[in-house]
Amino acid sequence: MLHEQAVADNNLAGTTLGEPILSARNVAKSFGSVQALKEVNFDVHCGQVTTLFGENGAGKSTLMKILSGVIQPTSGEILLEGTPVNFSSTTDAQELGISIIHQELSLAPNLNVRDNIFMGREIVGAGGVDFREEERQAQLLMDELDEPIHPLTPVEDLRVGQQQIVEIARALSTNSRILIMDEPTSALSASEVEVLFRVIKDLKSKGVSIVYISHHLEEALQITDHAVVLRDGVMTAYAERKDIDLEWIVRNMVGEGFDLGSAPLGYEMGGIALSLQDVSVPDEALPERSVVDGLSLDVRAGEIVCIYGLMGAGRTELLESVAGRTPMSNGKVFLKGEEVSQCSIAERIEKGLVLVPEDRQRDGLVQTMSVGENLSLASIGAFTRKLMTSRELEQDVVDSSIRKVHIKTSGGEAEIGSLSGGNQQKVVIGKMLATDPDVVMLDEPSRGIDIGAKAEVFKLLSEGARQGLAVVFSTSEVGECLSIPHRVIVMRKGRISAEFGPGVTKEEIMAASGESVAA
Amino acid sequence: MSDLEKPSAKRDGFNIDMVRVLLEGRAFFALIAIIIVFSILSPVYFSVGNFLTMSSHVAIFGLLGIGMLFVILTGGIDLSVGSTLALAGVFAGFLLEGVPLEAFGVVIYPSVWVVVVLTCALGAFVGAVNGILVAYFRVPAFVATLGMLYVARGAALLMTDGLTYNKLGGSPELGNTGFDWLGFNKLFGIPVGVLILLAVAVVCMLALSRTPFGRWVYSTGGNSRAAELSGVPVKRVKLSVYMISGVCAALAGVVLASQLTSAGPTAGTTYELTAIAAVVIGGASLMGGRGSVRNTLLGAFVIGFLADGLVIIGVSAYWQMVFTGSVIVFAVLLNSVQYGSKRKSAKSADKEKVSAKVSKAQAV
Repeated sequence: MLHEQAVADNNLAGTTLGEPILSARNVAKSFGSVQALKEVNFDVHCGQVTTLFGENGAGKSTLMKILSGVIQPTSGEILLEGTPVNFSSTTDAQELGISIIHQELSLAPNLNVRDNIFMGREIVGAGGVDFREEERQAQLLMDELDEPIHPLTPVEDLRVGQQQIVEIARALSTNSRILIMDEPTSALSASEVEVLFRVIKDLKSKGVSIVYISHHLEEALQITDHAVVLRDGVMTAYAERKDIDLEWIVRNMVGEGFDLGSAPLGYEMGGIALSLQDVSVPDEALPERSVVDGLSLDVRAGEIVCIYGLMGAGRTELLESVAGRTPMSNGKVFLKGEEVSQCSIAERIEKGLVLVPEDRQRDGLVQTMSVGENLSLASIGAFTRKLMTSRELEQDVVDSSIRKVHIKTSGGEAEIGSLSGGNQQKVVIGKMLATDPDVVMLDEPSRGIDIGAKAEVFKLLSEGARQGLAVVFSTSEVGECLSIPHRVIVMRKGRISAEFGPGVTKEEIMAASGESVAA
Repeated sequence: MSDLEKPSAKRDGFNIDMVRVLLEGRAFFALIAIIIVFSILSPVYFSVGNFLTMSSHVAIFGLLGIGMLFVILTGGIDLSVGSTLALAGVFAGFLLEGVPLEAFGVVIYPSVWVVVVLTCALGAFVGAVNGILVAYFRVPAFVATLGMLYVARGAALLMTDGLTYNKLGGSPELGNTGFDWLGFNKLFGIPVGVLILLAVAVVCMLALSRTPFGRWVYSTGGNSRAAELSGVPVKRVKLSVYMISGVCAALAGVVLASQLTSAGPTAGTTYELTAIAAVVIGGASLMGGRGSVRNTLLGAFVIGFLADGLVIIGVSAYWQMVFTGSVIVFAVLLNSVQYGSKRKSAKSADKEKVSAKVSKAQAV
């Protein structure tokens, strides 16, 4: 019912199937000195699926946030059916029929489906909220989406896939004609993906235009009508589905342009610095299941090992448990021949095994502390004399760290929030390097930082390796596997599915991870 | 155009700086204002004698507040300090009246120093129970210490059957005199209770600003996950801060019992709220990670001097509550103003500095 309305709107405005309904023209966005988007042109095609491809940090999310009114572009304009529009908030965009479904669902798990759908837009009758009418409409939406979910089911009882359907229902209930989906399948099982795709096809037939973002290239190709590729904030390619294949996407996504460096050579590697033997890590939610399943790995001093894998492959879980954050269900960790499986995080740092966590805001930085206090946090012992910390010695640690990892800051006293993402990441890395480690593990060190900062971080790691540091880093960007590592490990479902030397190709890595069609 | 802009920008900067100075020193300015207003309203307020009397009242809140500060810095809260204070008081009273050892048929009269040490140990024990519940069993701090608020109060009532210990002076032949010295006497003209507060404050100030433990406390409150991954023993830090709070409460209990030369099981009711108020007026964030001993002390003085001033000028007890409550809410209001604006202005200021540096570097 609601869609008939939407279709009618479309017809009124005169946009026909396949024509651009929403367009971005020369849109640019910068955050401080970082330019996230540069003069991007992007069309959403009416009644069809337009997929946006690109690596992490390519600017996909930024573009979607601009189209849905979450943020405003620095320059350029947005055209809705040919007329320039200006969204100052998501509510503005919603009123014009544009909704976004974020990667992290925004439902209240304690409320039921009906209340979630009408959250903030309750239907109020004479006697307060008209729950019966709300329930009727919620039921209608579920029927339309062909999902047997009762409107009174608490959302926390639903599977993730069903929760996603509820999000879609909520978007539809606001008369959305354009639906932006950011990585909708990343947390879904194969059968749930099928349901979602059926719903997407259904929505298309009802005239809803869809923007789709996914790292799962193969899946996206099944559903899309148009493909747009972004790389480092620039739109690099556009094509219709019928003209392209997987290889085309990968080629355009990764590009050949920026050199992230190559494996440092010309020195002798040392003995085995880190040895993992038959490591298993239980799933936090389902302890009987293992997210890391009997994995063994040796890393030598001076060696750089890269762990590649899709989301959910178990990379983060592996690194966190090796660092001592989460317990292992099985297996042993040896540092320079000494077993450290039972040691606390602090003891492992003391012995020379450190982790730079993936989410720097959540796990890396203390936001209430200054740059200097963050940098020295892990090595307080080094500047403590007779119970008291020494200001001079701490200043030395901070200054040398700022120099060593090239942090752009006005000094150690600056607030941590004043730094750019790349510099914040360097603070986290600098903090761990200040402990003078033998083995450094970095979980997605390039996440959310621009290409220049990325290259700097990699250079830093190469230099470390040259001086005998064992480096293990994880990534979900294939391009990084071909840069500085001496060895690439591909993880898939908690196990090592392949191991490659420096001569490997992107296609081989992606095949081993389960990402490509060719596999 | 740019010439026109410059002076106004400067004036803005000056205004912002003034506002920031006023905001950051607000507890201090509030104290000055309170002293001025009450000195005008009452001739007896502004005198050394009165200040000393008020300070010995402040000593109690100050001790509780400093202990509370440690807990709040880690992002926790300790609602049990008022009850712990009472329990410590009656425990000290119990020890001073003599401990009968029936098996040996003797009564032991520990000396005052032993009493103080044992009482502090009791406070540490109470805090340790809180800390273990919060750090190791993940009971929310509010709930764990709320439970302790009842348990400790109940224990104090049980120990005395609801009665009060009155004979805390001791007797020379038993060798346990001198308890009243703690709260009653003066050293260099200053009440001993105030000196104890100052000593505790200095030690805690050093501990927070100059030791690894202090850094651990701030980082645990700022982001415990990041602290943990940096090797900070987060659980032990949490346990320690509740123990510190317990010891401070016990010390306050001893000083209060000594000041009154009596120890009652209902002493210190709602003092935990006064202690929280002192910390908050001192600008600490209840989310953890921000706050200092100096400002907490100022907060305690603001509350103490305000309350006593209202008594001196004869404001009714009911109005006193209204005033005190308003001051607390106003202080929290300013906290959110400060942390809101600080983040923004610091960010823009720093960005300017960085870009200036960068452009300089590029110019070279």
